[in-house]
Amino acid sequence: MFVRGLKRKCFDGEEDIEGTLAGIKAIPSYNLQRQSLLDMSLVKLQLCHMLVEPNLCRSVLIANTVRQIQEEMTQDGTWQMINTQSTGQASLDRLVSTDILCRSSREQAEEKHVPSYGTFNKDFEGDQGQDSSETMSTASSVQAPRNFQSNVWEMENPQENKGNFQKSLDQIFETLENKSPNSVEDLFSEVDNSYYDLDTMLTGMMSNTKMGHCDGLETFSSPTNTASSSNCKSDLNELDHIVEILVES
Amino acid sequence: FSGAGGGNDIQWCFSQVKGAVDDDVAEADIISTVEFNHSGELLATGDKGGRVVIFQQEQENKTQSHSRGEYNVYSTFQSHEPEFDYLKSLEIEEKINKIRWLPQKNAAQFLLSTNDKTIKLWKISERDKRPEGYNLKEEDGRYRDPTTVTTLRVPVFRPMDLMVEASPRRIFANAHTYHINSISINSDYETYLSADDLRINLWHLEITDRSFNIVDIKPANMEELTEVITAAEFHPNSCSTFVYSSSKGTIRLCDMRASALCDRHSKLFEEPEDPSNRSFFSEIISSISDVKFSHSGRYMMTRDYLSVKIWDLNMENRPVETYQVHEYLRSKLCSLYENDCIFDKFECCWNGLDRQVEFFSVLHGSIVMTGSYNNFFRMFDRNSKRDVTLEASRENNKPRTVLKPRKVCASGKRKKDEISVDSLDFNKKILHTAWHPKENIIAVATTNNLYIFQDKMN
Repeated sequence: MFVRGLKRKCFDGEEDIEGTLAGIKAIPSYNLQRQSLLDMSLVKLQLCHMLVEPNLCRSVLIANTVRQIQEEMTQDGTWQMINTQSTGQASLDRLVSTDILCRSSREQAEEKHVPSYGTFNKDFEGDQGQDSSETMSTASSVQAPRNFQSNVWEMENPQENKGNFQKSLDQIFETLENKSPNSVEDLFSEVDNSYYDLDTMLTGMMSNTKMGHCDGLETFSSPTNTASSSNCKSDLNELDHIVEILVES
Repeated sequence: FSGAGGGNDIQWCFSQVKGAVDDDVAEADIISTVEFNHSGELLATGDKGGRVVIFQQEQENKTQSHSRGEYNVYSTFQSHEPEFDYLKSLEIEEKINKIRWLPQKNAAQFLLSTNDKTIKLWKISERDKRPEGYNLKEEDGRYRDPTTVTTLRVPVFRPMDLMVEASPRRIFANAHTYHINSISINSDYETYLSADDLRINLWHLEITDRSFNIVDIKPANMEELTEVITAAEFHPNSCSTFVYSSSKGTIRLCDMRASALCDRHSKLFEEPEDPSNRSFFSEIISSISDVKFSHSGRYMMTRDYLSVKIWDLNMENRPVETYQVHEYLRSKLCSLYENDCIFDKFECCWNGLDRQVEFFSVLHGSIVMTGSYNNFFRMFDRNSKRDVTLEASRENNKPRTVLKPRKVCASGKRKKDEISVDSLDFNKKILHTAWHPKENIIAVATTNNLYIFQDKMN
């Protein structure tokens, strides 16, 4: 699907830059291999084991491989080629949703990211009208090499606020860990999420709401724009709210 | 080095095999950890079904001096049950990830067993006598009517059939958000560490409601996560020192005296990448799956996908020795990535102390062992630099038959008795091996069988 059309495009596109890659006879086959490796990796990342938590080490290693490939492709200039090809809508949507979901995790739980999120949302909806869900996905995936590391939300927001919120959560986590390990720990273990957990949760949420995933995420982050405070009480309230939403889904 | 002659060479013989004979492997029977206790008398295995089976070595028969005692089932118990995390809608597997024995202090034995989330301290004790002759109780336990008692007697202990009981003495729960991969008992025998993908906690064996977080590599943004903790172990002699390995092929040595949270390592062991071998899989195959200190604590051994490395704690920039386990797989990495085999976590172990005092005795730290595919396992002699590949298979199951060395043909013409890389069975993997602490007895776990091999005593 992705591979065949791409390969042709890639190959054609590369006739221009063949000069720079001269001497490597196997250009098409290297790119083909690399592309199929990328596809395979993305498929592996998407296959969430719905019953048991996926292996974090494996996910991180695969994600790093994807990042490496994307970086190399960006340097090669081959990454841009992906834009123009139209492929199966469904698979791209799924890729996009994974991308957003894998990146969003904690950010969506934290209210202060609404402004930047809104920007992202606008981009998405703006493009939606055209035949460019592909463009959108490529936009998000083009950002991926950089944003795998530091995503849109993070760039929009002052590190500090997030840090404070994180710190206060951790404080709560540690204090409460000592007192009543059982249910409260579970509460925080939900917020303090691993790579995949929230992905799984939100995927479930997406299927429940008829809205696009962005809208779903928006309600999720809707509560307030309140500045972060290290006040335990307000943090607890926010967490309660988050848990409510999660549990309701 | 089997059959190769020379005073140092060990000739390995089949001794026993435990487990089902069927080719159809029940998922719950998959062995997930193997560990000898400190004396070597007990051998524990954990499986995917959450069970622990302990084997005990028979007392040596003085007349039968040509074989060391056999291992027979001593105790079986259900250590962990499957759980369901309602908040995440995910199951928590009951699979036993690690077992570690405590040194024996009294008649009972203690071990720590852990699944992904919870560590348990088990007490295994023997009962071979029971009290009889109570005045107020019948033999079956029913209470007697005091008015019917006409004479008094003193209850006595009478022998009974040996009963081995396992009871959970401590449950260390709710301290790990991520999956526990390691537990290690400190040399103070009072504390231990448990490591998950992102954090390491320090526990006191007596205290279950509190643990100290000593390493935390979780980034503020999870999307910045590029490295996880893969294994951790306490130094065998220094109770404030421990190491942890990562998915990027690094080992960090930390000293708990330096700070409460050991996020800054004291030493960082990392070998520079070989640029000629660079591929998209370089990072994955550099991920360390196991780390083990030698008894002296001077050296540590790490296992990554293709090799075993010996590190001198005094040298951080490269290992002192590297042994290739199955280099012929380097050209197959893409297929192994596709079928997920590249993520297999192989363990490694040091040999024990040879209790026989010979002129050429095989000292601890001179041989390392690790598993591979096709039910092959490998041993490397650090002194002679010789290595051998052996197979754990029921075909060689005559006791005292010396195992024949195996050879994998990487390319070109396959010689007789060699196996080509393409015929290797990647479903038959030996991930867990253990070496008796004092004798040349090894336990090798295939998917669902446990093999015990001994050296041929002449």
